[in-house]
Amino acid sequence: MTMRPKIEMRGVTKSFGTKHVLQGVDLDIPVGSSMVIIGGSGTGKSVTLKCVLGLLQADSGSIKVDGVEVVGASTRTREEMMKKFGMLFQGGALFDSLPIWYNVAFGLIHGKDVSKKEARHLAIEKLEQVGMGETIADLYPAELSGGMQKRVSLARAIATNPEIIFFDEPTTGLDPIMADVINDLIVQCVKDLGATALTITHDMASARKIADHVAMIHQGKIIWTGPVADLDQSGSPYVDQFINGRASGPITDPQSELLKSA
Amino acid sequence: MTMSSAIKILEQKVPLLKNMCQAIGHSILNVVQALGGITLFALDTIRHCLTPPIFLRHILRQFIDIGYYSLPVVGMTALFTGMVLALQSYTGFSRFNAESAIASVVVLSITRELSPVLAGLMVAGRVGASIAAEIGTMRVTEQIDALKTLSVNPMKYLVVPRVVAGAIMLPILVLIGDIIGVYGGYIVSTHVLGFSSGSYLYQTWQVIEEMDVVSGLVKAGVFGFLVTLMGCYHGYNSGRGAQGVGTATTNAVVTASILILIFNYLLTQVFFS
Repeated sequence: MTMRPKIEMRGVTKSFGTKHVLQGVDLDIPVGSSMVIIGGSGTGKSVTLKCVLGLLQADSGSIKVDGVEVVGASTRTREEMMKKFGMLFQGGALFDSLPIWYNVAFGLIHGKDVSKKEARHLAIEKLEQVGMGETIADLYPAELSGGMQKRVSLARAIATNPEIIFFDEPTTGLDPIMADVINDLIVQCVKDLGATALTITHDMASARKIADHVAMIHQGKIIWTGPVADLDQSGSPYVDQFINGRASGPITDPQSELLKSA
Repeated sequence: MTMSSAIKILEQKVPLLKNMCQAIGHSILNVVQALGGITLFALDTIRHCLTPPIFLRHILRQFIDIGYYSLPVVGMTALFTGMVLALQSYTGFSRFNAESAIASVVVLSITRELSPVLAGLMVAGRVGASIAAEIGTMRVTEQIDALKTLSVNPMKYLVVPRVVAGAIMLPILVLIGDIIGVYGGYIVSTHVLGFSSGSYLYQTWQVIEEMDVVSGLVKAGVFGFLVTLMGCYHGYNSGRGAQGVGTATTNAVVTASILILIFNYLLTQVFFS
């Protein structure tokens, strides 16, 4: 018998008015693995992630985390589930009215009732884990550069030792070196925690580095999924166009693909 | 005119009519939707006020932000309103040799109407706008989503402290405004219009009743709730980007101001009819 996947999505749909963003997403994420969803802008990457997190309610379908249904779950169930999650937001989403250490310790203080003194200590430990130290603990987010904010945000995401971590475009807006530093940190942190990770990105260098498995989303559906090693031999013209970053192909010109197959 | 040409003209007009009906229907639906949204948001806020956890430190901080820092603006408004009331009623009443009524006009208008309404409007501009901008920015930069992922309910963390502080602090501001406003009228009457200070104060005490002040304070509590609620609601549902936050801020001030005026009428009807 195979192990039950950590996250199991079946036929998930989500529409905003007449815009059908997700049109039946099926995806399994095995326990302890790192799944990266790739796809162009506006294809439903972020919406998929937010549906799993419970920040958006899926219209139909099923999302199970550890076998527990998320779609249509009560607020209480979802709040309980949230304690398993950590999330690195695209823009960092640090609380700008709070000092760095309090940002990192936020989930410990408010979610797990850790005392402030203890939480500060743990926060500094996590900051050291992402290559920063006590020196910045009392600064405010606006005083840090973009790359440093991302690192603090990563420290916040892992502070509560979550079982599942989500990364929303972790390298967007960073220079290539800082992007690689963040990639390394993500790989390291996920390994240290033994967590299951779900990342969405369109940065292929980042995807290849972080992923155990890759899934490609196009027009609200997962069109290909497989181990990262198979990415170059996917057999899917869509994946080929995306990973090679070509301007012409089936994604940008659906007609050509139809003609070919006809 | 033949039948066929009449039909032709009608056919040309139909799309126009249809567009008009569509536009009217659309805006009515929008208004109804907004009213429903605000009502649900208000009920949700009240529910969260009554259930733990309560972020006490945040409420105290909002007391200072909303209450203390609004004191200068509310004080100035009350002072000059009291002064101008005395001046205006003097020019009016002197025609009927009824100058002695100035004290009662000043104290009744200030405590019943002007202090709560003007304080409410000033606070809507100062506090309502800043709440909408702050919470709107938090929405746009995903800080509200981040709160949720850290297992903190943003209604409890952001909305409840502001609304509680607004509903408690505005009556206190208005009470101070009452005193300053009456004092403004007193200064103008005694120093500019030449009234004796004793008789002015005597008349003020004669005419004022508990109900005048209490009704003003109840109004202030309701206005404080409305202003902070509108700031939170529009910020919480802010659209994307800088433009979304800008629109949220405008809407917060406009809806709060209109609601203040409507509720002022309704509450006056309840208290004095």
